[in-house]
Amino acid sequence: MTNRRTTTVLSILTVLTIICLPLGLLLGSVAISPGQAFDALCGNGDAMSRFVIIETRLPALLTSLLAGAALAVAGLLMQTCFANPLAGPSIMGISSGASLGVAVVIMLGASYVGLWGALAVAAGAFAGAMLVLGVLLLFSAAVRSSEMLLIIGILVGYLTSSIISLLNYFAPERAVHSFVLWGLGNFSSVDLSILPYFAVLCLLFIAISFPYIRSLNALLFGADYAHSAGVNVGRVRTGLLLVSGALTATVTAWCGPIGFIGLVIPHIARMALGSSNHRTVLPVTVLAGAFVGMLCQILSVSPSLFMPGNIPINAITPVIGVPVIIYVLLNRRKILYFN
Amino acid sequence: MDEALKCNNLTVGYDGKPVLTDIDFELTRGTLAVLIGANGSGKSTLLRTLAGLQAPIAGNIMLCGSDIDNVSRRQVSRLRAIVSTSRTGGGALTVEETLAVGRNESISLFGGMSANDKEVVAKAMEDVGISSFAHRYLATLSDGERQKVMIARALAQDTPLIFLDEPTAFLDVAARIETMDLLRRLAMSGKSIVLSTHDIAPAVSRADYIIVADKSRKRVIVGNRDEMIASGALDAAFDGSAVKFDASLLDYR
Repeated sequence: MTNRRTTTVLSILTVLTIICLPLGLLLGSVAISPGQAFDALCGNGDAMSRFVIIETRLPALLTSLLAGAALAVAGLLMQTCFANPLAGPSIMGISSGASLGVAVVIMLGASYVGLWGALAVAAGAFAGAMLVLGVLLLFSAAVRSSEMLLIIGILVGYLTSSIISLLNYFAPERAVHSFVLWGLGNFSSVDLSILPYFAVLCLLFIAISFPYIRSLNALLFGADYAHSAGVNVGRVRTGLLLVSGALTATVTAWCGPIGFIGLVIPHIARMALGSSNHRTVLPVTVLAGAFVGMLCQILSVSPSLFMPGNIPINAITPVIGVPVIIYVLLNRRKILYFN
Repeated sequence: MDEALKCNNLTVGYDGKPVLTDIDFELTRGTLAVLIGANGSGKSTLLRTLAGLQAPIAGNIMLCGSDIDNVSRRQVSRLRAIVSTSRTGGGALTVEETLAVGRNESISLFGGMSANDKEVVAKAMEDVGISSFAHRYLATLSDGERQKVMIARALAQDTPLIFLDEPTAFLDVAARIETMDLLRRLAMSGKSIVLSTHDIAPAVSRADYIIVADKSRKRVIVGNRDEMIASGALDAAFDGSAVKFDASLLDYR
C-alpha cells in the first residue's frame, strides 16, 4: 500500500516537473514559438531565440530546479536534526549568515556578475553560512534542547541582519542597490558559465544527504533512542548541519536568501506520502523541491507577457509557503507525523 | 561471567553532583529487576547511567562482562536496548519501519533491511504479539500498543539486556498488566530486564530483583525480591514518609 502511494507521488511529481520544462522555456518577455525553442535547443534557428533560450531561460530554469531541490533537502535535514517542524535554512539564521557574507563581499566592491565576481560572492556566502553554523554547533554542545537551539538560530539571524543593516548604512549607494536586488531572490543570476559549478555543488551536497537516511529515521525517535540504537548522535547532527549549511550557502550565494522552500517542501513531501520514513521522504523532497523551484521561476517570469520585468522570487515563495505552514499548524493533531 | 549487569563503586548524578553513591551490585542473566524509589530519588539517573546514556560520576559498569567505558558505542548498542518513558516521535512510521530503527547496526545506510533483518523484525513482532499491525502507523495505535511496539523495537535490536524507564507510566490498568506480563515472559526466555517504575504491585510481583533508590541516604539497596521484602528494605524507598511496604499486598500503604 505504502509502495503504491510512493510510486503515485513520484510519478505525479515527475510529470509536473517535466511539464514545467517547456513552460519555463516558452514563457518570458520575448515571444518564442515552441518550434523556434526546439530549434534553438538543437543548436539551430535564429541567433535571437538561441540567445534567449540557451543563454537565459534554460540556465534560469535549471537553476530554479537545482536551487529548489537543494533548499528543500536542507530544510528536511534541519527539521529532523532539530526535531522541529519549523526549522529551515531561512529560520535558523543560516540564510542570514550567508547574506552577511555576501553583503560584506558586495560592499567591498565585488559584483556578482561574471565568474570571479560570482565566486567571490559564493565564498562570502559560504563563509557567512559556516560562521552561523559554527555558532550553532558551539551552542548545540552546551544546550541540549533542540527548541533552545532553534531560538538561538533565530536570534543569531536577527544579529546578522542588524550587522547587514549597519553595512548598508555605511556602504555606497551602488553597492546597496546591488545587494538589495540580490536579496529579492533571483534564479537568473546563474549564467551558463557558472551553471556547471552550481549544479555540481547542489548535486554533490544532495547526494551526500542520502547515506544519512538510516540515522535520520533513528533521530525521529529522539537522541536517546538514536544513541541506544548505535547512532553517533553528535557526529550525525554535525554532519547534517554541515550538509544543510553547504546547500543553503550554495543557493544563497547565487540566488539570494530564498525563504519558505526549505521550510515547506518537507511538509508537502511527508503529507503527500503520509509517512516520515526518510527512505521515501528524502527523494520526494528532492523532486518536490525541484518542481516548486521551477514553478516559482515560471510564476516570476509570467507577468512579463503583459508588462516589463519579473516578480522577485521572494515575493512568490511566501504566497505558496504561508498557506501550507498555516494548514500544517492548524491540523497538527490530525497529521500523523506530529504524533 | 554469568552476570548481565555489574556495578563497582558507582556514583551517579548530574553536573558533578552525586545523587546516588557507592552502588555495588550484580544481576544474573535472564532476570527481571525492578527499580523503585521516590520522585527525585535518582531512579532515572541511575537507569540512564546503567544504560550508558549518561556518564557516571565515579565507578564502572559492566554489561555482560564488558566495561561500558572500554567498548565502542556500537558495541554497547549490541549489548543493551532502551525503552524510554516519553512518547516519542515517529508517528508517521509504520510498526515495521519503527522496528527497522532497532536494526540500525545492520540495515544499509539508506535504511534497507536484509532478509535477516526482516526475519529478526518479524520474530520481534511475533514475540510481543503485534504482528497483526506491522503496517499500521504508530500514531494510529493506542498507548499500550505503542509501548509494545517500542519493546519490540528493543527486541529487534537483539541485545541480551533491555532497560525500560517507567514503561507503564501512560498506560491504563489492562495495558500495564499486559506489559509487565510481557516483560516477565521475556525474562523467562533469557533476556535481562531492568525497569524503573511507580507501578509497585504489578512490578514487584513479577520481579526477581528489587533495586531501591533511597533518596534520604543517597544509596541503593539491591537484593532478590523475597529477601528484600522480608528484610524490610523496601521501606527505605519512601523513608521519611508514613508509607510502609505491605508484603501481603505486595504494595505500599
